[in-house]
Amino acid sequence: MARGRKVLVATSVIGALALTAGCGGTSKTPTTPPKASGYNAALNAVVNPSTAKGGTLRMANPSDIDSFDPARTYYAWGWNMNRFYTRNLVSYDSKVGEAGLKLVPDIAKEAGKVSADGLTYTYTLKDNIKFNDGSVVTSKDIKYGIERIFAQDVLSGGPTYLIDFLDQGQRYPGPYKDSDPAKMGLKSVETPDDKTIVFKLKEPFGDFPYLLAMPGAGPVKQSADTGEKYANKPMSTGPYMMDSYEPGKSAVFVRNPNWDPATDPIRKALPDRIELALGVESNEIDNRLLAGTVDIDTAQVGVQQAAQTKIQLDPAVKANADNPVTGFIRYFSISTQVAPFNDIHCRKAVQYAADKVALQTARGGPEAGGDIATNMLPPNIAGHDPKLDPFNTKSGKPQIDKAKEELKLCGKPDGFKTVIAVRNRGKEPACAEALQQALKAVGIDASIEQSDPALYFRSTIGSPDNVHKKGYGIMTAGWGADWQTGYGYLQILIDGRSILPSGNNNYAELNDSEINSLIDKARAEADPTKAAAIWNDINKKVMDTATMLPFVYDKALNYRNPRLTNVYIHSAFGMLDFQALGVSDGK
Amino acid sequence: MVMGPTPDTATETASGVIIQRDPAEAAPGEATAGKEVQGRSLRQIAWGRLKRDRVAVTGGLVVIFLALVAIFAAPIVALLGHPPDQFNQEQIDPNLGGLPRGSWGGISKDYLLGVEPGNGRDVFSRTVYGARISLLIAFLATAVATTIGVVMGIVAGYFGGWVDAIISRLMDLFLAFPLLLFAISLIVVLPQDFGGFERNTVRMGLLVIIIGGFSWPYIGRIIRGQTLSLREREFVEAARSMGARSRFILFRELLPNLAAPILVYATLVIPVNIIFEASLSFLGVGVQPPTSSWGKMLANAVNYYQYDPLYMIVPGMMLFITVLSFNLFGDGLRDALDPKAH
Repeated sequence: MARGRKVLVATSVIGALALTAGCGGTSKTPTTPPKASGYNAALNAVVNPSTAKGGTLRMANPSDIDSFDPARTYYAWGWNMNRFYTRNLVSYDSKVGEAGLKLVPDIAKEAGKVSADGLTYTYTLKDNIKFNDGSVVTSKDIKYGIERIFAQDVLSGGPTYLIDFLDQGQRYPGPYKDSDPAKMGLKSVETPDDKTIVFKLKEPFGDFPYLLAMPGAGPVKQSADTGEKYANKPMSTGPYMMDSYEPGKSAVFVRNPNWDPATDPIRKALPDRIELALGVESNEIDNRLLAGTVDIDTAQVGVQQAAQTKIQLDPAVKANADNPVTGFIRYFSISTQVAPFNDIHCRKAVQYAADKVALQTARGGPEAGGDIATNMLPPNIAGHDPKLDPFNTKSGKPQIDKAKEELKLCGKPDGFKTVIAVRNRGKEPACAEALQQALKAVGIDASIEQSDPALYFRSTIGSPDNVHKKGYGIMTAGWGADWQTGYGYLQILIDGRSILPSGNNNYAELNDSEINSLIDKARAEADPTKAAAIWNDINKKVMDTATMLPFVYDKALNYRNPRLTNVYIHSAFGMLDFQALGVSDGK
Repeated sequence: MVMGPTPDTATETASGVIIQRDPAEAAPGEATAGKEVQGRSLRQIAWGRLKRDRVAVTGGLVVIFLALVAIFAAPIVALLGHPPDQFNQEQIDPNLGGLPRGSWGGISKDYLLGVEPGNGRDVFSRTVYGARISLLIAFLATAVATTIGVVMGIVAGYFGGWVDAIISRLMDLFLAFPLLLFAISLIVVLPQDFGGFERNTVRMGLLVIIIGGFSWPYIGRIIRGQTLSLREREFVEAARSMGARSRFILFRELLPNLAAPILVYATLVIPVNIIFEASLSFLGVGVQPPTSSWGKMLANAVNYYQYDPLYMIVPGMMLFITVLSFNLFGDGLRDALDPKAH
């Protein structure tokens, strides 16, 4: 499960992992009129709208955050938390449904101006944006914040997309090794005056503003930068600032007196104080949630089995639960380099033999698990086509006859032996067993190899050498988008040029020249609608290679305390929009 | 993980004074009590004592029953259950996270002990096949432990001196290992493929070697102690004076006299090994899926116990009954064969 999932940092090309994402699919057509509360009410409407200020918002999480440093956090809930204290040039709108996926100017006066060649983005800052110490935020602070991402030797862990698109080969080492006395050595970002910032890209990239909306692109004041200690007391430009942080135990945020609501179209800032308890056992959080002493679990990946059953059996409790699409796809990657899967027909046999209903049940059923997936773009991503189902798996039933035909075509009519790699935690071993059982019906004898989650994506299946050596034909994986476009979701999984010796995300080692060139075409496309069409095409081609066996579009069953106000699922995160929350009883 | 079975007080009182006597004196003792004068072998005396110990007999019968269940798992399941790996989707409710339909974990006349949450596998079949895995691994591991333990113990006890010193320190070393942690890391590190065997066979072999390889010092120490006292006895001296070689004395003179303690302690190591195997399976390094094992079932049940307690109770009770029976039988056997061992 991706409970605040730690991400692999690849050093060269785009090294990223998943960020949970939204729920466009369910929110497109609000069928019921907005209600005060109710099951799934926060998916389509704001539950308990209110402007009442005051009180304390109580949050909890089973583990610590990866980092409170905006440049270093890659957890989905970490990005959501950053909305309390980090403002970007542009940020996701605070709206329910697909409207939340839109980027709106935050520190910037308006959306960036793009040059005709798509290589230059120019932004102008609003007046009166201040840090919590009262100093005014300038374009140099934003540039400095972005420069910090380049210092991966000191500040690793966060997404590195900005390095990929702003480094034209000058290999900027980050501000700590910058020879420029003002630490403004990153030439591809220019600050002609305190209010203007200009980005010069290596190559045209239509999704560039999404990179500026990631917390790491927020402003950092150079004189307040304490390097790797910055996470313990990050500066704030948002409505709240950090009051205290005890790693692994708790964090407290209080109001930032220098935040001016008139400059901020996004944030509500209702509670006076935000308390976040860290490292609380998952079942304990569930109990406190149901007892009303905790308002939300910031992990937002769904309650545990016990609380799940309690919610599902009691309509009164269920009225305070939501079941959003998280934006993750659970899938199996079928290697192109491990025999006999180098033959496409052997891969297709697995596609047809899989029992997606059993796999869905293993993930927790249609509610806690998610809907059956038939292709590799999740419903919240532009270009998703629910009808794209090349192997006819929507019903979830295995197609034994077709699987056997494919086995004949690949020269293994009696089946073969292979290995399924899987992490040994959560629901994944059960999924591997469900696939193993389904494959047995067509004579494919798969053994399951469970391994340590900490190394799984980095070196177990993230190292092609290891995959070949251990003979992993089928690898269990899960993926969510870093931003809600085809590029932000799929590129890293299928681009044949981003196969890495370790921390590889293209587990199947799919390297198809046609797909690669389509990716380039989609990246350069400035029109989102046209780009989405290309991604739909890429998705189709990827499915035709039979290297990906998606089985569930992930959902999470989350509980919200009834006292919360302004509750809605934010599509960019696939979870509640933390910054909008208030408490009704003023406590 | 420490063996140390304490003497069972009930057995002690039941067996009374007679049973506390030395086996060598038992025959004449009973002969003088009247009746017919009849010579009885040590084996007969021990058997007589064991038969009178009801607790031990019950334990023994349960052990035999479990062994039969394990051996005839296939026909039993064919008759009363469903194939152990078969998913029965219709028996579970996907909308409740895969909880079994019906009360008591989905017990019905088709599914005698209910079904497994999440996939609907027959708990009865998996429990029966789980017995096979538990007993097989525990027996084989005990065989490994006994073989190593007896050889090391007898050699250390007989030769003494530096040989004894080295072997004894080796035993201390093994006993000092954080057993579970070490076993887990070993299993993870060791290769999973070996000589074209099935992966699960390789894993079971590994489990046997690791469990056996770590429990031999318990037997080794006892055998060493027994050998130390035996080697001073006259029959050993006699053999030595007649020019018998060490090997002959070790395996022809000493070993037969050690049969009783070996049998007793092997019986008492089996339940320890059953628990060890269950612990490893519980922690996810046991047998490979889809093979069932009680430890793995327990680990699975942790997620569901609040709404489907039966899924936890079934393998838990099986483990409890099995270990208890072996312990009771082993204690009884010790009382019968080796009354002075307390």
